[in-house]
Amino acid sequence: MTGALRAEWTKLRTVAATGWLMLATITATVGLGTIVALAVTYRSTGPGQDIPKLSLVGIQLGQAIIAILAVQTISGEYSTGMIRVTLTAIPRRPTLLAAKAAILTALVLTAGAVAVLGSVLVGRLILPGHGFTAAHGYALLSLSHGPTLRAAAGSVLYLGLIALLSLGVATAVRESAVAIGLVLGLLYLFPILAALVTDPQLKRHLQQIAPMTAGLAVQATTNLGRLPIAPWAGLAVLAGWAAAAVLVGGLLLRWRDA
Amino acid sequence: MSATTAPYRSDLPAGRDSFAQLLHAEWTKFRTVRGWVITAVVSVIAIIVFAYLGTFRHESGVCTGPSPASCQAGHPHVPVGPGGEAVSDSYYFVHRTLAGDGSVTVRVSSLTGLRQTGNGNAVSTSDLVGAPGPVQPWAKAGLTLTAGSTLGSAYAAVMLTGAHGVRMQYDYTHDTAGPSVSIAGARWLRLTRSGDTVIGSASADGTHWTVVSSARLAGLPASVQAGLFVTSPQTAPSQQFLAGDRAGGQATAANARFDRLTLEGQWPAGRWRGQDVGANGQTSTLTSVGSHPSSGGFTVTGSGDIAPAVGLPAAFTDQPSLTGVFVALIVLIVLGTMFITAEYRRGLIHTTLAASPRRGRVLLAKALVIAAVTFLAGAAATAVAIPLGTRLLRSHGNYVYPTSALTELRVVFGTAALLALTAVLALALGAILRRSAAAVTAVIVLIVLPYMLVIVAAVPAGVAQWLMRLTPAAAFAVEQTLPQYHQVDYLYTPASGFYPLAPAVGFAVLLAYALIALGLAGHRLRTTDA
Repeated sequence: MTGALRAEWTKLRTVAATGWLMLATITATVGLGTIVALAVTYRSTGPGQDIPKLSLVGIQLGQAIIAILAVQTISGEYSTGMIRVTLTAIPRRPTLLAAKAAILTALVLTAGAVAVLGSVLVGRLILPGHGFTAAHGYALLSLSHGPTLRAAAGSVLYLGLIALLSLGVATAVRESAVAIGLVLGLLYLFPILAALVTDPQLKRHLQQIAPMTAGLAVQATTNLGRLPIAPWAGLAVLAGWAAAAVLVGGLLLRWRDA
Repeated sequence: MSATTAPYRSDLPAGRDSFAQLLHAEWTKFRTVRGWVITAVVSVIAIIVFAYLGTFRHESGVCTGPSPASCQAGHPHVPVGPGGEAVSDSYYFVHRTLAGDGSVTVRVSSLTGLRQTGNGNAVSTSDLVGAPGPVQPWAKAGLTLTAGSTLGSAYAAVMLTGAHGVRMQYDYTHDTAGPSVSIAGARWLRLTRSGDTVIGSASADGTHWTVVSSARLAGLPASVQAGLFVTSPQTAPSQQFLAGDRAGGQATAANARFDRLTLEGQWPAGRWRGQDVGANGQTSTLTSVGSHPSSGGFTVTGSGDIAPAVGLPAAFTDQPSLTGVFVALIVLIVLGTMFITAEYRRGLIHTTLAASPRRGRVLLAKALVIAAVTFLAGAAATAVAIPLGTRLLRSHGNYVYPTSALTELRVVFGTAALLALTAVLALALGAILRRSAAAVTAVIVLIVLPYMLVIVAAVPAGVAQWLMRLTPAAAFAVEQTLPQYHQVDYLYTPASGFYPLAPAVGFAVLLAYALIALGLAGHRLRTTDA
């Protein structure tokens, strides 16, 4: 296992794209968060804002780049034929997948932590200037606040689970275009479908099973009673999706010829 | 001695290097990959199946009968105007019968708002308190003449508004601005009927009159109800975020003092009668809403609106029927990208470029083939999905905003062209990046993600409007079927089916992205080795 881990680490580390994709994830996440923080202003009327969730909106863009990184980890091997060398070196396929998952998750959690901390920092610096002050009932964004910490830590875990989901899907379908289409379809289509369907019950069920909507429930800090699914339960739904994808991918990897 | 041998030359005539052959070659490539053909068919099926899912058995039991009394208990009522459109028709009316030609003149000496306490869409007059409050910009007080007593009847009215000066409006959708004045000063208004024509005039002093506009109400009966009206619309929903369920505005009321009321023409003898029109079918007995005779005129309080209805809680556009377009979009983005990246992966690109060394034309042929396939698939699918979804919505008792045949055609072909151009954009990015994962992600992030962020209200309204202007997602404007009425304050957002750009302009944004990407792809193909 140690050898497999080292091999996977070397592979990911020596591909230039890995570093660029991690950097792009951080830039995209913090960038979108900054744009939204600059655009939002406090209003005394209307519904209040969920400040931590607002600052972490960039995750919805950043996850797309995480998905590329995860899909390339395995699809890249199939497109170049590297997979045959890899499987010759590590014939135990579950070990290989586990090693890939471990290295990928570690990288994604690192990039995710930087991206999330950057987003929270941007929110902390910009939002008070837009009227979200203690006088209006909005405390300064701080990780010492329980729900904010949950939103931040949950967002990092969310990105890790998105990486595992993508890895599982890519292991199952191999072709990178199809894999990334499936992953981003799973993530982005559910919220659109939930918003467009006319039946309120169907809408709610879609929101409860959608990997993204359920998973990002962990970012909510206000109006928890109105969420379609509770924060940690939502992240568990995403974990279920990721586990299913990795399981199916692992079984197919074991049963099929490379 | 060695004999020199002539190099072999084929007897066959040289092949013609025509663009038609190139198209045929690319079409053959597409047609013979079974997975791609199946993918195109899947996108058609997805659009049709999701039209069913999008309109899934939601029953609101909305009814469009002549009056709320004709609806089943608890079912919302939508009045329908002379043009067939859904309308709001709710106001306080102080009226008499006008049996023929004639005119009515009045001075509006004040228009004030009343504090709002009511919530939601229903105008409950019992929620309104007679304390002064801000006057709504589109609060209306003036003279109206209506063809019948049913809600949604033809009418013509001249009025003073809260912040938009004097207006002449008729048949709900027509609005003409008159002299722009503040509501502080007294305004004189006059409505004159001769035959089918109604003329609205305004004056600052009661002697010098300017015609605001005239309306021709075809088939206006000889005997009509005419008189004073006051109404005040709901506040627009919260501007910043419009979360999944539609946030309604608050009910408001306005109070106007009328005096110097004079009648000319064929007014049979009778009394002025007050009527709370369209207030959930209840005749109000409240003193807070109604009319009080004051010296030489009336003080009238009213609530509601006489205008096209937008944002009705149980009314739908084509949006739910087109749910599957997003599924098809992602499927076709993958297809468009693979149409070029597969050639790089398999090395087929070397053969392709050897057979047709003019690389720009290869890319163009590929773009045309993928565009034609996706356009035809999209047009066929949406042409089935829209009537199917509309039918299902109506059969479940929902109200579907009527659209003209021309608009439906625009939605069908616009959506098909949107799918085709997105596939071309995917092809172009595939040729630029030569990596499928990055190209597919780039296109999805450019067109699907902005729409998703906007429709789930993940970003503030200001960012949402710009996303729908600057990204290729602007092209979803081709799916807008409802006109945006300047005379109704509403949160006109993409989430409620209104886009910041006109359909053609929004489409042009996507076209620009596709053409620029295609140009860059052609440049990369010509200047770098395959």
